[in-house]
Amino acid sequence: MTSTAVTGPNSNPHTNAKKRSARPSAFKLLARNQLALMGAVILALVVLIVIITPILPLPDPDATDPAQRLLRPLADGHFLGTDHLGRDLLSRLIWGTRVSLAVGISASLVAALFGSAIGIISGYFGGRTDNIMMRGIDMLMAFPYILLALAIVAALGPGLMNALYAIAVVNIPFFARNIRGVTVGIAHREFVDAAKLSGKGHIRIILTEILPNVMPVIVITISTTVGWMILETAGLSFLGLGAQPPQADLGSMLGEGRKLITTAMHLSAIPGAMIFVLVMSINLLGDGIRDVLDPRLKSGALARPAPLTRIDRTDEGAGTTYSDDTVLAVDELRTEFVLGDDSYKAVGGVSFHVGKNECVGLVGESGSGKSVTALSLLGLVASPPGTIVGGRVMFDGKDVYGMSEDDVRDIRGGKAAYVFQDPLSTLHPLFSIGDQLVEAIRAHNAVSYKDAWAKAVELLGMVRIPNPKSRADNYPHQLSGGMRQRVGIAMALANEPRLIIADEPTTALDVTVQAQILKLMNNLRNDHGTSVLFITHDFGVVSEICDRVAVMYAGRIVEMGTTEQVLHHPAHPYTKRLIDCVPRLGEPDRRTSAIPGLPPAVNNLPAGCAFADRCDRVEDACRVGSIAFDDLGEGHGVRCIKPMEGADV
Amino acid sequence: MHVYILRRLILMIPVLLGLTVIVFLIMSLIPGDPALAILGSYATPENVAKLRADLGLDKTMIEQYWIWLTNMVQGDFGRSYSLNRPVLDEILERFGATLILAGTSLVLCTIFGLLTGVVSAVRQYGWADKTLTFAVLIGISIPSFWLGLLLMMFFAVELRWLPVSGMYAIYGGGDLPDLIRHLILPSVTLAVVATGIIARLTRSNMLEVLRQDFIRTARAKGLDENRVIYRHAFKAALVNVIPVIGVQAGFVLGGAVYIETVFQWPGIGRMLVNAISTRDILLVQGGVVLVAGSYVLFNLFADVIQHLLDPRVKA
Repeated sequence: MTSTAVTGPNSNPHTNAKKRSARPSAFKLLARNQLALMGAVILALVVLIVIITPILPLPDPDATDPAQRLLRPLADGHFLGTDHLGRDLLSRLIWGTRVSLAVGISASLVAALFGSAIGIISGYFGGRTDNIMMRGIDMLMAFPYILLALAIVAALGPGLMNALYAIAVVNIPFFARNIRGVTVGIAHREFVDAAKLSGKGHIRIILTEILPNVMPVIVITISTTVGWMILETAGLSFLGLGAQPPQADLGSMLGEGRKLITTAMHLSAIPGAMIFVLVMSINLLGDGIRDVLDPRLKSGALARPAPLTRIDRTDEGAGTTYSDDTVLAVDELRTEFVLGDDSYKAVGGVSFHVGKNECVGLVGESGSGKSVTALSLLGLVASPPGTIVGGRVMFDGKDVYGMSEDDVRDIRGGKAAYVFQDPLSTLHPLFSIGDQLVEAIRAHNAVSYKDAWAKAVELLGMVRIPNPKSRADNYPHQLSGGMRQRVGIAMALANEPRLIIADEPTTALDVTVQAQILKLMNNLRNDHGTSVLFITHDFGVVSEICDRVAVMYAGRIVEMGTTEQVLHHPAHPYTKRLIDCVPRLGEPDRRTSAIPGLPPAVNNLPAGCAFADRCDRVEDACRVGSIAFDDLGEGHGVRCIKPMEGADV
Repeated sequence: MHVYILRRLILMIPVLLGLTVIVFLIMSLIPGDPALAILGSYATPENVAKLRADLGLDKTMIEQYWIWLTNMVQGDFGRSYSLNRPVLDEILERFGATLILAGTSLVLCTIFGLLTGVVSAVRQYGWADKTLTFAVLIGISIPSFWLGLLLMMFFAVELRWLPVSGMYAIYGGGDLPDLIRHLILPSVTLAVVATGIIARLTRSNMLEVLRQDFIRTARAKGLDENRVIYRHAFKAALVNVIPVIGVQAGFVLGGAVYIETVFQWPGIGRMLVNAISTRDILLVQGGVVLVAGSYVLFNLFADVIQHLLDPRVKA
């Protein structure tokens, strides 16, 4: 979500605010998660039974009755049967659950108390205090989990309380680390600084400013560890190192039952099942809580993008025909992002074409939909949440959205190739650039690895990378930004494409490198007769490389024409304002004015012209109906009811 | 590369020292006078004082630690009073059995954890994902000692497919097939929790990676989806999962305590439990230091592998 401005709707502050309001409340979300709900119900039931145990009509769990020993479950008067001393298993199970739950929760609280204290102090004071404390925590973490608990029990001696201490100590590092991380983030925030300046002491600041802010994290950490703690204390009891007879918890019951497993399996099966149910319900609930608190999960942002954008077209464009040498023709393309009940019309009906050996610029602010348009062409918009809902993209005379996945893949990197904006995040960090080029070549040509490598080196030379032979072994992080972008271009050139779709390829680079890259692209275009679709927000770049320009605003093209026409005689007020934003060399006095206001949210577009609210020439008629795209002649067109005539810039 | 390993080995020394300090401090929590405990409450004060001097208990804590540490470095872990043999001999013998069990489990949980996680991520929200996610949740919620008992009852006692317990058959056993037959149930049981943890992490990492820009680049190159997922996405996810596999070595080594008890595996975990019951402190000390030390080594190993896979990690 960082590089291309609009791969998702998150980049727009408007849509963000809107999304939050569209999110159902936490409780609703939790209730909708059936598994979490199931966990909550079971856990609540267990807790309820455990609380009212003393008043339940249960036999004494320790009352022995040798005549009734080893009864199977469902025996008369003993619902779950009896153990080897004739004690009622149901009663022992419930009392044992009470002990296990109490010990597990207590261990959690003890670990939370000490771990959080260490974490807060360490994170708040930082420096040497932090260093020493965290080294100590690291030492504790150098032990295999349960081994440390065993060592502690070995020293203190077997017993339920000692097992509790041991398990708590073992979990302190986990809390300390989590809480320290959060505290470090808070300790340098403004409100803490303000409290320090107001003369509050450290202890007061920690208690009144830090603690309330880390409390949610402490609670979440407890909810994710309490299941473990119950499991581990039960484990120690199972080994005979926890609860000692006659006291019993679930673990020690299981341990005792184990000795009779071949004669009376229910003695071990039942307490074990109880531990399992208890821990499972806690984990289900804990997972549910975590999912609710992690908003990314529900927005669909974490969903796995499909190899091809979902296509669900209601129409297939207006059916405009183009001349034979048209490489790419886009006809009323519409792409939407569906999030919950909202749909964001990122691309709302875009038409343009790119001829042979032509360079067309697609210009607009962040959020105008230009990148989504570019990615839509070959179905690379992340989906979910993206869907192509209408229009047509003709590449070489064929409808891309009517093709099979394999056919689209054939075009990608073959006849049409992409160059992306930020080459650090768009190149794979773990493969050498040579390897990545080889892959691109071999995806479309059946050549040997060796031949492909030679071609890769040749490509690197073609984009003017010095020492291409040795550079091919480099990884992306070992190259400069300009070099990486050259690699990106080399990769696009690998299979001599007819069309290069360049999505802000120079935006992340500094000006001199930018000029080199533009020159390189221009040369390559001339040498190979390639067509280029150049996406940018920078009119300076447009003037250097593009033959024709289309200006986008709020998901639609508002003006299109030759670079000359658009740059020097803009007809749309938005285009003019955009051009005014570009500073010019040698004209320091020229005012570069930002355009006031923000583009409208694309899930809630106003009627009429989307630019109306920011336009200083706005009239009532601008806010009605839909504004048509008018032809001004000579290939110049504009979506404005009152185009500026003869405006000279 | 060699520089990196050497540096990591040197950095390991303070960790190992800290580890011995912690073990020493924990053992000094033992209430009462060890000399009195050994001689019994009818011992004469002279005898107690003599034994205290013999055991070095009249020295300062720091001196005692130093003596213990230097002896240990020279291979002298003391003598187990309950077994009446050198601690080192006993723990090395037992540790071999534990390594076989834990090593097998670690291999199993790595393979199945990665596999489950990847399948789950690729089939996100499909029935395979839902089934696997639920199975993983069961796996990490189930008490391993109970699962071991259930598996033992079913596969060994009921079906008689596999031996009930032990490492080798008492009569006529001792070869590799015999070992493998004995190894199946305990190693699978021990691997369950770690498999779940690795699977969860792999799934979330895969999903995270699949949304990255370089995956879009791979698709834009026209690579087929299998290559995108199993080469590009998996490698990037694996780099993040490997340190956690290192941590799982700790869970497996620790969890071996339960499994060895359930399946009567003659490993160091069962030895530790017995040593705690018989209050054989030297044996506990030696065993804990050995297992924890090997865990530190294993984490080093995981770091080195991560270093090999990820060129960005600086030496």
